[in-house]
Amino acid sequence: MAVQALDAARLPIHWQKLALPAALIAVAYGLIPAYASSYLVEAILLPFLALSLAAVGLNLLTGYCGQLSLGSSAFMAVGAFAAYNFNLRVEGLPLAATMILAGISAAGIGVVFGLPSLRLRGFYLAVSTLAAQFFVQWALTKFGWFSNDNPSGVISAPHLTVAGFSLDSASGRYLLSVTTVIGLTAVVWRLVNSATGRNFIAVRDNETAARVIGVPVLRTKLLAFAISSFIIGVAGVLWAFTYLRTVEPAGFNLDRSFQILFIIIIGGLASIRGAFLGAAFIVVFPLFLSRLGAFVFGGLFDSGVLDMSQRIVLGALIIIFLIAEPNGLSALFDRLRRRIGSRSS
Amino acid sequence: MIGASLGAAAYERAPEISGILAGAGSVEDTRPALLSAKADAILTLSGIGIAFGGVKALSDVGLEVKSGEIRAVIGPNGAGKSSLINIISGLYHADHGKIAIDGQSFSRVPASHLARLGVARTFQNLALFGGLSVRDNIASGRVHTRRASFVEHIARLPRARREDAAIAEKVDQTIAFLHLEAVADRLVATLPYGLQKRVELARALVAEPKILLLDEPMAGMTATEKAEMAGFVRAARDRHGVTIILIEHDIGVVMGLSDRVAVLDYGRKIADGAPAEVRADPAVIRAYIGTAEAEDGEGI
Ligand SMILES: Nc1ncnc2c1ncn2[C@@H]1O[C@H](COP(=O)(O)OP(=O)(O)O)[C@@H](O)[C@H]1O
Ligand SMILES: [Mg+2]
Repeated sequence: MAVQALDAARLPIHWQKLALPAALIAVAYGLIPAYASSYLVEAILLPFLALSLAAVGLNLLTGYCGQLSLGSSAFMAVGAFAAYNFNLRVEGLPLAATMILAGISAAGIGVVFGLPSLRLRGFYLAVSTLAAQFFVQWALTKFGWFSNDNPSGVISAPHLTVAGFSLDSASGRYLLSVTTVIGLTAVVWRLVNSATGRNFIAVRDNETAARVIGVPVLRTKLLAFAISSFIIGVAGVLWAFTYLRTVEPAGFNLDRSFQILFIIIIGGLASIRGAFLGAAFIVVFPLFLSRLGAFVFGGLFDSGVLDMSQRIVLGALIIIFLIAEPNGLSALFDRLRRRIGSRSS
Repeated sequence: MIGASLGAAAYERAPEISGILAGAGSVEDTRPALLSAKADAILTLSGIGIAFGGVKALSDVGLEVKSGEIRAVIGPNGAGKSSLINIISGLYHADHGKIAIDGQSFSRVPASHLARLGVARTFQNLALFGGLSVRDNIASGRVHTRRASFVEHIARLPRARREDAAIAEKVDQTIAFLHLEAVADRLVATLPYGLQKRVELARALVAEPKILLLDEPMAGMTATEKAEMAGFVRAARDRHGVTIILIEHDIGVVMGLSDRVAVLDYGRKIADGAPAEVRADPAVIRAYIGTAEAEDGEGI
């Protein structure tokens, strides 16, 4: 096989690996705050960032560690409601501490619902994580304490301030969100490129072999659930505090869990970049579809038709991806870049 | 197929470690000849039996392995060879019998402590981590030496970096020893079968085990690859003094390579001794070698 070709390609790719994130950070902190409209921020960037982070978290668990979960939405809810309560009940708690405590709460719940992974795998594990989904939604609705006795369980985002600066404006919320996402993504990037991350992959690829060489399989799985749930929990805080501003338990339903799973399937399993590509796709796709539908069909394309066609196209795309490109948009992206690279050289 | 559910269930049960020192028992004192044989036995199986449903995969099998020898276990397909290795490595739990590893006696070997007991193994069907590079696959063989937590890994704290560096050095040595330099950074799943087998040997060797269990390391290889692999197995013993249990179903492969050969047939040990003895044993010829060659009208 083309060993030499790969070797030759290694250096520039390594360089590009750093150049691309650097460019994206420049865009995130330079271009977007300066030029983005508030519609772009509120309707596209904020949901994109929160979903990207949730997908990064789920990808850690499912893509890297091989543990299929349908509980993401529950862990987002735990994060959101925990942050709301910490903020409400602890006087003067800094926002960063609130978010970290929310993440830790989600991690705790994640570990509890990760325990079945010690016995179950694949489809059966996914079904058992559904328990998290139903339990969390039930508990948040049943016990008024979680929503400070709001009759319909709705919580509203508090004022967001960091070091005396208010972040309640659209651009403030954007900066909070993008900084959180970049920070946690960097942490995950280092994790997956460390010995711990390789333990995740070992457990995913061959649990028996992992065990006999001394990978602590049980601890590794629970750690994956904990870190993944922490990140998804913080994504839930972003979802509730920076994007929607008011949320109810029903907003964190099974549909959202599936949406995050679809993001990592479309974007690419075991790929951090894939989580972002998949989230971008999921957020932009309905907008694109509604514009296209309105353009082609005019008034016939109402919201009901939009919703229906969106589900059909998305379902079809997932099947196509699973069959034709199991490594998702991330792999497509790589192939495209290689083709462009080979043409220009 | 090492039943995953079986493995997972087995994992939960506490290992029974009785810690009997081999050769130190007072019973043997009256039998000096046996004592000396046991004194340098690094692995002893006695009375091992295991059944799957109604199938008796092994019945009353004993095996004694001396430190530093290459001990072959041969037998036709289905004879129980893999079951034996799975029992030694704790993936299967024997219904009867004891396993003494380097002085510690078990009725169930704790698979999760295998590496720390100084035992490494390869699998009959490749059991590599397809999503990792060759180098990372090999490095995973030393995971039992790591102590740093995930926080230390994320923050790249000194202990994590020290461990990474120490392991990288061992990995480089192993890569050089097994001539894997050219493919070290490839994804392991992209390698041809023969090389994957070699990577699996590397992952086991890098752990610097006292006992190495090889389940058909040459199966499915070309003649050249087999000769190469045999060379590596011998070199591993000669240079590092590792004790090797070599499973093969092809008797020819092990003759020149092993010090002693045990023969299994239908879960029973039918012969045990030097290669030449075993080859001449009528029971072996009848049960095993004979099956192939008797059809040509002649035994050995
Ligand atoms: N996990 C298992 N479940 C059921 N039967 C098994 C299992 N492992 C081995 N066996 C049975 O035990 C017998 C010996 O198998 P094995 O140890 O793999 O033989 P060998 O390695 O000598 O070819 C076979 O009849 C096989 O079907
Ligand atoms: Mg076998």
